[in-house]
Amino acid sequence: MIPYFPGCTLKTKADFFETSALRVARCLGTELIELPRWNCCGTVTSLTSDDLIHHVAPLRDLIRVEDMNTSGEIYQEYRLVALCSMCFHVLKRAHLRVMQNPGELEKINNLMYLESDYQGKVSVLHFLELLRDIGFPKIQRTVKRPLAGLRVSPYYGCLLLRPKEVAIDDPEDPAILSHLLEALGAEVINNPFKTRCCGSYQTVCDKAAVAELTFDILSRARQEGAECVITSCPLCMFNLADRQKEVREKHPEFEPMPVLYFTQLMALAFGLDDVCGFDQNAVDARPLLQEKGLSTRGAS
Amino acid sequence: MKKKKIDVMERVREASKAVITGVDDKDIEHWVDIHIMGKAYQVPADLTIMQAIEYAGYRLMRSCGCRAGFCGACSTIFRRKGEYKLQGAMACQTRVEDGMMLVQIPFSPAEKPLYDIREEKYESSVLLKYFPDVARCVSCNTCTKSCPQNLQVMDYVQAALKGDFRGIAEGSFECIQCGLCAIRCPAEIVQYHMAQFARRMYGRHGSPRDKNVESRVGEIEKGKFNDEFDRVMGLSEAELKDVYTKQQNTREVY
Repeated sequence: MIPYFPGCTLKTKADFFETSALRVARCLGTELIELPRWNCCGTVTSLTSDDLIHHVAPLRDLIRVEDMNTSGEIYQEYRLVALCSMCFHVLKRAHLRVMQNPGELEKINNLMYLESDYQGKVSVLHFLELLRDIGFPKIQRTVKRPLAGLRVSPYYGCLLLRPKEVAIDDPEDPAILSHLLEALGAEVINNPFKTRCCGSYQTVCDKAAVAELTFDILSRARQEGAECVITSCPLCMFNLADRQKEVREKHPEFEPMPVLYFTQLMALAFGLDDVCGFDQNAVDARPLLQEKGLSTRGAS
Repeated sequence: MKKKKIDVMERVREASKAVITGVDDKDIEHWVDIHIMGKAYQVPADLTIMQAIEYAGYRLMRSCGCRAGFCGACSTIFRRKGEYKLQGAMACQTRVEDGMMLVQIPFSPAEKPLYDIREEKYESSVLLKYFPDVARCVSCNTCTKSCPQNLQVMDYVQAALKGDFRGIAEGSFECIQCGLCAIRCPAEIVQYHMAQFARRMYGRHGSPRDKNVESRVGEIEKGKFNDEFDRVMGLSEAELKDVYTKQQNTREVY
């Protein structure tokens, strides 16, 4: 049993990301248990030197992991798995920051004077790192429906890779998603724009700028031969998938490109048809999957 | 001719004293010095904050209600002697201490949106539609520390971000709407109004229907109790008292 941190988006707009991930993990013999009483990760890492209040939220979540160990709910398990790239990034950076600045940790612990202190024991993992630890050969052995012939381009964005202290892979040329896709039997299409910024929160105030980035990233993926793109970030997902509407307004020639969470393809390959959630994606991948002979049985 | 000025406060003060303490001042052994709205008073040591304020001569038009810790009307803010932290509590549930500085909060001027729960969709986005301030929560836990009901206020605010109506409803079930959480929140979230909205939404759309209630409502609508109501409505005052007394003496309560 490993505690995992869902985050707000996985409980609302991206619930199919969560359900697919949990089932995939179970298939691989790992039970992820939802962190009790978790709160919002904080959503963005505050870089202001004296703005400590915005690091309280992520640290609270890390304290919950230590509390689980104290209460005996889990034993000597200080890993915390995050699924959302943003949550992973914020949680890990908060941990690193207070480890490097003991004075700040003391201030924050003092603010939470009626609660447990943060001991600094937690190691924040992204689900992809857990999968790498489980081993890609094991993932390959679990595959029931190889994604043969499906040309998939991994998209990392920034949160999993930058800054390099929090990177889950080589920040310049990451390969973890490619290894995963290979294990699933898919054809990996390398996109030179795989680590480009999707525009992040600019999507709130400048849709056009984000649409332009989406256009660049997805056009390049298609140029390289991709039929769909995978990501691990709900914000990248929104910008790459939902913003295709704005892309088409400006570039009428742009053809829709399905963007999926990597766990959806894992669920498909593992034969977990009821949790694939293909009916929830902004750009429907089902016609493509049908064409490739990868249709799921039932609703999704 | 100049009319003699009557000090109303003094008269209320004198009239309140014995009523509040139940004994003469001369028989009271222990006294504490407190400040109410910045003015010094000496009051008997075991009064509640509300009693102390009345003992001092204030007549509470707002900021008081059930006097039993249930209604949430008597939000009070105080500072203990030598402490830098402001504390919040219910004035009727907290005893005065020597050196306390007190102030009553007559009303929490929190924003409360208008909504119609019958029209709203039962989905997470509706919480942020009416209470977008919830997204500003930095998990400082000030709300939880200020809650006189000892609710985990921050947890139910966080439940709102997760779209967890049931979590909010259960987490805030014992809320008395005093508003102290909203007054203390640095992100200026209106926790208690949000929770009330969520409880209403959960009650209407989320919680399972109770079969017993539905069947009883059906019976009422079919007129099962009409004869009984007509009989009671037709009784004289004496007969009604008699029926009431007998009913109170039976174990059956319905």
